[in-house]
Amino acid sequence: MRQDLRYFFDLVVVLTAKEIKVRYKNSILGYLWSIALPLCFACVFYISFKVVMRIQMENYALFLICGLFPWQWFSNSVNSSAMILLGNSSIIKKVKFPRATVCMAMVLNDGVHFLLSIPVIALFLYLHGFHPSWTWAYGLPMLFVIQFLFTYGIVLMIASINLFFRDMERLVSVLITLLFYFTPIIYSETMIPPSYQPLIALNPLASLTIAWRHLFLDGHMLVTHVSISLAWAVLLFSLGTWTFRRLSPRFAEVL
Amino acid sequence: MKPVISFRNVTKSYPLYGSFTSGIKNFLFHLPTAIKEARCGQFQALSDISFDIHSGETVGFIGSNGAGKSSILSLIAGVIQPTTGEIEVNGRVSPLLELGAGFHFELTGRDNILLNGVLLGLTKAQVLAKMDQIIDYSEIGQFIDQPIRSYSSGMLARLGFSVVAHLEPEILLLDEMLAVGDASFQKKCLRKMMEFREDNVTMVFVSHSMDDVLRICTRVLWIKDHAIFLDGSPGEVVSAYLSQNS
Repeated sequence: MRQDLRYFFDLVVVLTAKEIKVRYKNSILGYLWSIALPLCFACVFYISFKVVMRIQMENYALFLICGLFPWQWFSNSVNSSAMILLGNSSIIKKVKFPRATVCMAMVLNDGVHFLLSIPVIALFLYLHGFHPSWTWAYGLPMLFVIQFLFTYGIVLMIASINLFFRDMERLVSVLITLLFYFTPIIYSETMIPPSYQPLIALNPLASLTIAWRHLFLDGHMLVTHVSISLAWAVLLFSLGTWTFRRLSPRFAEVL
Repeated sequence: MKPVISFRNVTKSYPLYGSFTSGIKNFLFHLPTAIKEARCGQFQALSDISFDIHSGETVGFIGSNGAGKSSILSLIAGVIQPTTGEIEVNGRVSPLLELGAGFHFELTGRDNILLNGVLLGLTKAQVLAKMDQIIDYSEIGQFIDQPIRSYSSGMLARLGFSVVAHLEPEILLLDEMLAVGDASFQKKCLRKMMEFREDNVTMVFVSHSMDDVLRICTRVLWIKDHAIFLDGSPGEVVSAYLSQNS
């Protein structure tokens, strides 16, 4: 049992290191690319909502950045999830290794990526006259784990179901776009009209996004939102693991 | 003595996945046929197969395409499950992968040895301990720190084979592996396999090359129409197979 755990750990480490190495092969350029995309989005939204539509909010650029970086982690992982097992088909068909490690390594890779972008967030905070707070010391790891479980669960579900229904990929990209606009990333949760407020609870990602933003902007860990997102994370993680376990004995047949 | 691999009345049938893999849209639009197909459509790859393989044997599986040879290898590797029947495998199974499988082409040869070794079941420390031996054996030399997309197919084959050769396999699965590489590489492979045989490694070999089968195997099973047709010494089975196909 201990040997198995040791092996599982090694496998995840080697696979994650591989992903990171491939991504940062062009060393500094790789890093720039990874932060350029969310910053570009921030720019676009800033121009359309602040400059053109005149949204009533101070520090809107900062507000956007605090939501877009965590979103980037989530959407990158989920977007690649449909193809992750297909991309590794040659090895899955031949070798019996714990397949979930491939998915885990992918989510961790995007997660490491997100961690590396936190200095950029801190820099923007500083430029706007804010400061990182001491709460980050436990808030960041907590939310990191929550978002990891959350994303990993969804990735496991999509990855395994996509082998049986190959058009999941398109569905996923549509749903991702919908989710983006239904999540308070480019607007704040307080701007949602009161009659629609209860609907926030139905969006699994809303609480997590709100929690991240408050942690970054004012150093608060909002107990309600953190608890709600933890509950979603545990639910999605269990559902994902269950689905994956049910379907994985058939992977080699359908690939 | 207890067999290393034992198949007892193993039947393997696959559902016809076509109704699913064409997508949700298709599945919903043709719901009645799709459900019927998923329930009843079955393709039988192996029917009621039983055999035992003992430690140190080198067993070749021959037969025409689609007879079920690869399904047997997949069942031994444990990547698919039998529909009915029982399979017992005692020992660590190491498959020799097809060219480039489990490799990442942007990474160096050294990184790929680690990746491949870990995927094939070793811990990181075990692979690192054998790293120099593997590199030496592969004869890739200075290119080992280059990304493998610049390797020739012969170099890839050597790299893949040297990883497997140093895994200390207990059961080795070989699927048409001698087809690539130049004469000296093939000779080296054969030599290594003879060494394995002396070390009592059990080998299962699927091939269409009767020369290779005759050279390596100690026993041959001819799979025909999803069942075992003939089981015996290489000379006997191969000549029967050749005479039937000529």
